[in-house]
Amino acid sequence: MSTTTVGAGAGIGTSPLRPDGTLKVTGEFAFSSDLWADRMLWGATLRSPHPRARIVGIDLTGAVATTGVHAVLTAEDVPGKKLYGLEHADQPVLAMGQVRYAGEPVAIVAADHPETARRAAAAIVVEYEVLPPITDPVAAIDAEETVHDRGNLLRHVPIRKGSLEATAPVVVTGEYEVGMQDQAFLGPESGLAIPAEDGGVDLFIATQWLHGDLGQVADCLGLPPSKVRLSLAGVGGAFGGREDVSMQVHACMLALHTGRPVKMVYSREESFHGHVHRHPARMWYEHGADLDGRLVYVKARIVLDGGAYASTSMAVVANATTLGVGPYKVPNVVVDGYAVYTNNPPCGAMRGFGAVQACFAYESQMDKLAAALGLDPVDVRVRNALEPGDTMPTGQVVHGPAPVADLLDRVRAAAPPAQRGDDLRELPGGVANTTHGEGVRRGVGYGIGIKNVGFSEGFDDYSTARVRLEVVGGEPAAVVHTAAAEVGQGLVTIQAQIVRTELGVEQVTVATADTTVGSAGSSSASRQTYVTGGAVKAACEAVRAAVLRRAGRDDVTLRGGRLVTEGGEVVADLVDVLGDRPIEETVEWRHKPTHPLDPRTGQGDAHVQYAFAAHRATVDVDVELGLVRVVEIATAQDVGRALHPQSVRGQIAGGTAQGLGLAVMEEIQVVDGLIRNPSFTDYLIPTILDVPPMRIDVLELGDPSAPYGLRGVGEPPTISSTPAIVAAIRAATGLALNRVPVRPEHLTGT
Amino acid sequence: MRVNLTVNGEARQADDVWPGESLLYVLRERLGLPGAKNACEQGECGSCTVYLDGTPVCACLVAAGQAEHRDVRTVEGLPGPDGLDPVQQAFLSAGAVQCGFCTPGLVVAVHDLLARNPTPSDPDIREALAGNLCRCTGYENIVAAVKLAAGA
Ligand code: FES
Ligand code: FES
Repeated sequence: MSTTTVGAGAGIGTSPLRPDGTLKVTGEFAFSSDLWADRMLWGATLRSPHPRARIVGIDLTGAVATTGVHAVLTAEDVPGKKLYGLEHADQPVLAMGQVRYAGEPVAIVAADHPETARRAAAAIVVEYEVLPPITDPVAAIDAEETVHDRGNLLRHVPIRKGSLEATAPVVVTGEYEVGMQDQAFLGPESGLAIPAEDGGVDLFIATQWLHGDLGQVADCLGLPPSKVRLSLAGVGGAFGGREDVSMQVHACMLALHTGRPVKMVYSREESFHGHVHRHPARMWYEHGADLDGRLVYVKARIVLDGGAYASTSMAVVANATTLGVGPYKVPNVVVDGYAVYTNNPPCGAMRGFGAVQACFAYESQMDKLAAALGLDPVDVRVRNALEPGDTMPTGQVVHGPAPVADLLDRVRAAAPPAQRGDDLRELPGGVANTTHGEGVRRGVGYGIGIKNVGFSEGFDDYSTARVRLEVVGGEPAAVVHTAAAEVGQGLVTIQAQIVRTELGVEQVTVATADTTVGSAGSSSASRQTYVTGGAVKAACEAVRAAVLRRAGRDDVTLRGGRLVTEGGEVVADLVDVLGDRPIEETVEWRHKPTHPLDPRTGQGDAHVQYAFAAHRATVDVDVELGLVRVVEIATAQDVGRALHPQSVRGQIAGGTAQGLGLAVMEEIQVVDGLIRNPSFTDYLIPTILDVPPMRIDVLELGDPSAPYGLRGVGEPPTISSTPAIVAAIRAATGLALNRVPVRPEHLTGT
Repeated sequence: MRVNLTVNGEARQADDVWPGESLLYVLRERLGLPGAKNACEQGECGSCTVYLDGTPVCACLVAAGQAEHRDVRTVEGLPGPDGLDPVQQAFLSAGAVQCGFCTPGLVVAVHDLLARNPTPSDPDIREALAGNLCRCTGYENIVAAVKLAAGA
């Protein structure tokens, strides 16, 4: 939780070492689960084993009587608002009279050892009246039985463009399904709450959005926000799974109740129950095209299972729907998206946020269309590729570069991977493969996707940055302070790079993110470099303007610690201008406003910026064993401007791997509302054996309306890798494969 | 119970250890060495990898009592007198660190791999690191880091 100083380094467009990197490779970086305080207690959570039940009674006696236990709390003990939620407060801090999903927190315990806390929680006796869970989202839409008092429909987003009655000579239809994926960040949910003398609390927490947490935590604690101070602890990955509150309120309640610091760390099994997942989707698509393969219309119905609580479902379904036809020109569009309550685990943000599900469907459809017409799958995509100036199904005009055809051409033109060698480790299934490759078939497939960057539909999406310039040890030095969450993506490095570029100083310190500065918004929606980067740039500009005012010049820039004219003449040293009077500026920065969607037609300029990536996947499939090995992935993405090229490539590789996981292995299996595989033994994420070498082609076409021309990077790679891999498996096997993840039994038909 | 062990060359003692505690818990919570991580505590992720008598193990699967009188080396013990171990430096330079939660375990695993096989092929690298999950990097830069360290 120390501040990080970047020494000699470089500005934007270069790849300096991350300032937190040394601590991370030596094991000294303090993740939220590594924190420790004097007299610290451990918290544990008792969760519902039932997806739907009435709570008849709770007997705390056994827990309270356990030696070493300091607090046992239930819903009655929640000091403030009893419900929370990012967009709609419908989720109880602790269950009140009923539970709506298996894993819902019912009671919390603080004890002097984590095992004591767990055993005490297990000693609580809850009497349930078990009810049959509502688990089918399609049936739930107009079912009489409801999960909440309101109906089960969380949101319906209709999109209507052009004619509703358009017809076409070539029609392909399909029904597609996407399973529930988990973010599976490696660092479990965790944090440390320390009661403060003023009756408030200090919370050190791994989160994506400090101020998003702050509002919800303060409300539930019944405290003014000024008495709840959040600091970012080391975050072990996020991918959307830390956008919602998990143990934040619980740890603070226990700390305030006991007067002692309380740490909570979820186990992996608890983590699977303790955060929202990617929405499972069922999707029905119909594409109509002319005989040349030009799209005439797309009709689609998309149903997302939101699970028991709203979380961000309303925004996820808007993305799935508004981006539902992909990066293509489509004159006539009828799309309906639905997000639905069920008694399944709650779903919300995960990298790609609704765009992932739709992309699997529309890209599968494009391949079907190509097959129906006898066209090459890339040709049919290029023929329909969105171009600058085209309109989306929402009527929004695409401004700035939209290199859809170019990205496809690039991955198609990439050199193909080598044929399989003799090394048995290169067989699908590796050394565990029981054949000698007789049944191995190679296939190649393509996918392209589109993602909105930033928060949409009129949300006031801003970030705050404070930059201070002063003389330290005879040198000019800057401190940059924001509340933006570094979750691994490298935002700390970027902030320092921007300051170096704008203020021409070498010595830049990135202060720990906390709530003593204004909100930075969430580290999600591929937005943080854009929005907090924009805020840091704007704060630097304000500082620079103050420097120039003080120096009485308006014709100079700051370079190498000096005030320099355009002609290169040095007019002053920054150190002399600053003297012992630091300059500090705090700036709130917004991207251009977005607008709501028309509730009947879905028309509106709802998004800030679009981002695109394309993938080509090459796979070997053992058709007898049902094993898949992804041999290579080629990808191309326009990032506008790569502020830190090495990190950009790291985001692309990491995102692509998560899309691979969804294609061939990752699914939370939910049966009758219960998660059947809440462990890394049974929920498989890709290992280094599963992820192939990647060819990564980064384009920097520059978006004129974004800071430095940058385009959000984090999500696009996750979106199109999934359909590309499935297309490759289809090419190898000839199977239809309408569901992801593809499992061995889908390939062998057993 | 009391557990006596050597950690990073120093004799250490942990008191009041419960019989069920793992070596990982003792290192992290009793000896102030949180470098080894706790991503699964089921032997599936490798984030807790440490050397036990020179062999890499998942510290979450080793009962604290099993470490009695044995020699443990953690990621905190890898840097030499001149600073970072070449493996640590290579992870940093190659961009193999994002969130960094997998990093300590991977650094130990790669350190062991290169001690056994100084010039591993691509399949060798992947085979050796198959027990270490990383959710952030897609492994591209981890493979690059291993090659960089091997060349160093
Ligand atoms: S924490 Fe030990 S293997 Fe995952
Ligand atoms: S860097 Fe985050 S898990 Fe590997």
